[in-house]
Amino acid sequence: MSIVESKLNPQQASYDLVLPAGESWLHEVKRGQVFRILDLEGNQAVDTLFYSARDPEERYSAVDTIREQGNIYLTAGTKLMSTEGNVLMTIVADTCGRHDTLGGACAAESNSVRYAIDKKYMHSCRDSFLHALGHCDCGMDKRDLTANVNFFMNVPVTPQGELTFADGISAAGKYVEMRAEMDVFVLISNCPQLNNPCNAYNPTPVQLLIWDAVAQ
Amino acid sequence: MTEPLSKTNLLWEETLPGGAHWSFVMKRGTALRLTDVEGGANLAALFYNKDEKLERYNMPDTLKAQHTAHLTAGFVLYSDMGRVLASVIGDSVGWHDTISGMSNAALVEKRYGKATYQQARNDMHRNARDSMLIELGKWGLGKRDIVPNVNFFSKVSADDAGGMLYAVNHSQAGGYVELRFEMDVLVVLSATQHPLDPNPEYAPKPVLLQAWRCGTPDEQDLCRNFRPENVRGFYNTELLFR
Repeated sequence: MSIVESKLNPQQASYDLVLPAGESWLHEVKRGQVFRILDLEGNQAVDTLFYSARDPEERYSAVDTIREQGNIYLTAGTKLMSTEGNVLMTIVADTCGRHDTLGGACAAESNSVRYAIDKKYMHSCRDSFLHALGHCDCGMDKRDLTANVNFFMNVPVTPQGELTFADGISAAGKYVEMRAEMDVFVLISNCPQLNNPCNAYNPTPVQLLIWDAVAQ
Repeated sequence: MTEPLSKTNLLWEETLPGGAHWSFVMKRGTALRLTDVEGGANLAALFYNKDEKLERYNMPDTLKAQHTAHLTAGFVLYSDMGRVLASVIGDSVGWHDTISGMSNAALVEKRYGKATYQQARNDMHRNARDSMLIELGKWGLGKRDIVPNVNFFSKVSADDAGGMLYAVNHSQAGGYVELRFEMDVLVVLSATQHPLDPNPEYAPKPVLLQAWRCGTPDEQDLCRNFRPENVRGFYNTELLFR
């Protein structure tokens, strides 16, 4: 777990958006640009997928990413690997310390399994992903949804092979920052989960910032 | 009631040679025993609902619904639709990996060197990703359908700092795992080495496949009652057949 702070000045960002909980966001981050996700109020899960903008069949691979670095948690220095063995993004700064990529996104159907059958009518990350893809005219759909990153989420795995959902280690003002190594579509669901204590049952907004290469 | 494998209910058996790939449909109420014939096998596997192939094995949903980072008897394989594709009804190995992904052409060439068909005939070096693409192509599927897979017979754990540890000599000769299928499932297999296998030799091992008619799970079923989540997972699955 490594804490690395950024030297970038938010005043010089070329893009700055506050994304409320329960909203999705699909945006192209160009090669060389730096993208920051800022946890405004603390312990918010930001479910995120990455695609090559040139060929979205090449996309983020959670299993290749953790296997190539030999560690199941993402932090500063992590290379977010594609299904074709290329680097999509490199995490260049991280004040949270570690992020999950085994827990996936919440969905109506998985909520019905995990919590109760009638929870399937609640809003979920996969609904947000499908909403964004349904409007994007990018040719992507459910078939393109795969195992995602959960920025700011703490999902420890024990040496005995149990998956646990622990209290968050993020807090208001913590951020993670990554440099695009190719032109990348970033697809986010700012998680609306109300059944999991990891966000204190209180989904909150996050801030998304992008710096152009010249500003760095 | 789930009938164990016997001479009377056996449907078919075949041996998948080391390095080979294959795909087939297993019907609801049938089961598949996978046996590591020589020891040290790895079987990369993907699973799809045969009737709606957009519904497929989902590693994160399987793990988080059952609070596990590995598979063994009692656990089930969830699809992305909150349904059970298959249940692990028997296991003599104890741990099967689903967090490490599959080998690819670059990894196999870097580790074992190049062995083309022209040079090596059917002993050519194969990798799991290309093997999966070939099998998926037979069913109209492709790259977009490759998701994190199961690696039967392999163990990868994580230490307290998250470091991934591959267990050598994990699976012994004769070790087996049994899957009962809860819907009609397209099974896609590649008997290639695990991507973290430190063996410097290209030495994929064969796997014996035995299919039998086992019946559908009753109310007392081990996997159904293994966790409260699974009761709901089976409810969701059985709605397909009411």
